[in-house]
Amino acid sequence: MSSLQFDIAHLLAGSLVLASFMLLYQDRLYALLNVYALHAGVLALSVAWQAYVQAAPHLYVTALIALVFKAIIIPVALHRIIRRLGIHREIENVIGIGLTMMAGIGLVALSMVVMLRVTPGADALAREDLAFALSVVLLGLLIMVTRRNAVSQVVGFMSLENGLVLAATGAKGMPLVVEISVAFSVLIAFIVIGIFLFRIRERFDSVDVQALDRFRGERR
Amino acid sequence: MISVALWSVALLLALAPVGIVLSSYPRGSAVLYGACLVVTAALCVTALLHLLDSAHPVLSATLPIGLPWLGAHFRLDALSAFFLVVINLGGAAASLFALGYGAHEESPGRVLPFYPAYLAGMNTVVLANDAFSFLVAWEFMSLTSWALVVSHHREAENIRAGYVYLLMASFGTLVLLLAFGLLASGAGYDFDAIRASHPSAALAGMVVILVLLGAGSKAGVVPLHAWLPLAHPAAPSHVSALMSGVMTKVAVYGFVRIVFDLLPEPEWWWSMVVLLVGGPTATLGVLYALMQRDIKRVLAYSTIENIGIIFTGLGLALAFKAQGLDWVAALAFTAAMLHVFNHALFKSLLFFGAGAVLEATGARDMEKLGGLIHRMPRTAFAMLVGCVAISALPPFNGFVSEWLTFQAILLSPQLPSWGLKLAIPAVGGLLALAAAFAAACFVKLYGISFLGRPRTDVAASAHETDRFSLAAMFALAALCLVAGILPGLFIDALAPVSKAMVGNVMPHQTGLEWLTIVPIAESRSSYNGLLVFLFVALCGTAAASAIHRLASDRLRRAPAWDCGYPDPDPTIQYSASSFSQPIRRVFGSVIFAAREIGEMPPPSSPLPARLKVELHDLIWDALYAPIATIIGFATERINTLQFLTIRRYLTLVFGALIVLLLVVAL
Repeated sequence: MSSLQFDIAHLLAGSLVLASFMLLYQDRLYALLNVYALHAGVLALSVAWQAYVQAAPHLYVTALIALVFKAIIIPVALHRIIRRLGIHREIENVIGIGLTMMAGIGLVALSMVVMLRVTPGADALAREDLAFALSVVLLGLLIMVTRRNAVSQVVGFMSLENGLVLAATGAKGMPLVVEISVAFSVLIAFIVIGIFLFRIRERFDSVDVQALDRFRGERR
Repeated sequence: MISVALWSVALLLALAPVGIVLSSYPRGSAVLYGACLVVTAALCVTALLHLLDSAHPVLSATLPIGLPWLGAHFRLDALSAFFLVVINLGGAAASLFALGYGAHEESPGRVLPFYPAYLAGMNTVVLANDAFSFLVAWEFMSLTSWALVVSHHREAENIRAGYVYLLMASFGTLVLLLAFGLLASGAGYDFDAIRASHPSAALAGMVVILVLLGAGSKAGVVPLHAWLPLAHPAAPSHVSALMSGVMTKVAVYGFVRIVFDLLPEPEWWWSMVVLLVGGPTATLGVLYALMQRDIKRVLAYSTIENIGIIFTGLGLALAFKAQGLDWVAALAFTAAMLHVFNHALFKSLLFFGAGAVLEATGARDMEKLGGLIHRMPRTAFAMLVGCVAISALPPFNGFVSEWLTFQAILLSPQLPSWGLKLAIPAVGGLLALAAAFAAACFVKLYGISFLGRPRTDVAASAHETDRFSLAAMFALAALCLVAGILPGLFIDALAPVSKAMVGNVMPHQTGLEWLTIVPIAESRSSYNGLLVFLFVALCGTAAASAIHRLASDRLRRAPAWDCGYPDPDPTIQYSASSFSQPIRRVFGSVIFAAREIGEMPPPSSPLPARLKVELHDLIWDALYAPIATIIGFATERINTLQFLTIRRYLTLVFGALIVLLLVVAL
């Protein structure tokens, strides 16, 4: 593999991490969804580049799935949901942006240390790729933890899945079946969570999950 | 033969769903108990024929159930045949008793389905030949007996008993699971493979400790006995008889099977552990029994005492076998097995009697009974036989097995190890003390409940029990006498068991003149139950006829001397607590932290003076209560995890992931 190919793969994976960081501090739902569409687009580019580098044409299908489903259909669908729920003007109070960003930087550092330590014998591209993928997964989890709105939790969960797809395509020789199943699992999770959103909305007039906690008679 | 045994078990299992249907018919319980009687009697005869077969064949069978790569292995050898006899003799007697007694059950739907299943579970335990089948059958036996314990679930006391029982049974099964896990580490779960393997000494020692905990908690050795006096009395009386008389023996079987059969040659310290558990169990069990007022609870505590005697016998057998004196080991082992059989007889008999009294009066408290010998003469006679037998008085069977145990104790100076030389006589002292207390305990039980004047109206209006119950009691009483005057027959029947487990047998008994039994050699000691019986019978008849001939035989009732107060109230009689007061004062102040509080009203007050006795179960306070407190505290803390928000759960997952990654990274 030439150094240019490696550098481009590195750049695309790094952009995915950057997009995750952008997701972290979006406090408006529309902005969050737009950044998520960007996130999925970068993923599609990255997967396509991997397909080219590894000369694995089936990865193009994965890239296409990522582009169509994740970058277009799901954000559009979530836009519609937000409009129907009438929460597009809501501003989420994220736990201080600075603090979240610091935590995110810590997570990226952690995943670098872990990955470089446990995969010394692996292919250099796979190593870097896995380190970035783990960062994206951890950042997705961080988004889910710091948000209270169910829609943003869904977005966090899907950016986490993007990290998984990045990891799966970075490893050479992963069969297509697995990638399709990963993509579909995201789709199914999205549908399930979407239905839950409407259910929560019908019952509590809010998609703030704190309403659920109040309903359970929370002691805090 | 083994196919007959397995088919009988299958029949008993099939009777369980039939019990659900039958429980809604008025004559249903009689039909079900009759069927159980037939099956258990057939199984008892089959097992007896196998035990008496001079070729001593070992039969085995494998069924394609259970773990797919293992199957269910079953085996019928001398040991399992002997325990099958004990289980099914007890089961048949209990079924016969329940033919009459079961008709008074107010909720038969809670008893009938579980009763045959419980019998099937116990039989499967002794037939199982692999660890998986053994544990499944063991747990099945525990669960079905638990269902029977809580069958009268309206009483809060029974629910608590069931709870404690379930906890202790789970603990016992868990510990046995660990023991089998250690045993199977080199061999697999099949008992044949475990027998052929050679575990290291340390591993075998750990298995012994675990089995003592697991089987001991089921048998009721101190300090794991706490559930037994709660659970046994809570069940219906025929089930109490099975639990006390038979199920504790299944636990003894588990101990014998693993320690004597599956493990290699014993080491001397195993016997030390077993003896130090057995001796105190015997003494403490009977001391607890002496302090009780509830008849069924007295009997349950007395079971603990007898388990102590059996475990002492097993410990002696281990000690002598480890030191190469296998002819003494055979004596001690046979004594223990004979006591297993004897205790199953008289404990079942006594529980039947208690059930008959409970049914006739509605009372289990001795202080509410009295004078029952006039209202229930036949029950009273059968109970008298049971009390004499369990007090180890000749010519009944209890004496024989305890005497044989003491013969083995008297041979302890032949052991080379000094530790055992010193420990065994001490354990013998404890056993002798227990035997004396047992006599006192049953004098109290019989005297307070059956003699004297009735203390309450229910006792005064009691009626004799039905003929099936009486038949069961008299059959067991007759067996107690037969086993007491012809013990040689029983000892010879146990020879193949002893041969298989300790590698030697007691001298052949049946050829000796006058049916004497000889533990080792005639020059040392011998006992002749028949002569003692004839002597007692002759002297008794002669004395009675002499008194009736020479003195007036008119029945004359006169007021007893009552300290000058002509008070006709029957409560001024000796009570259960006043009978045991001397023993309570000597031993109870230390063992039970007993205190007597006298409340004297001021001189002008018309209030009566009161005497209160406070007893504490120190084992419960020191062992069980702290554990319960710790677990309660921990669960209270952990319980808050049940009420977190979704985000906090996510945060917990996230945090755990980060911590794990940090562990990998650093």
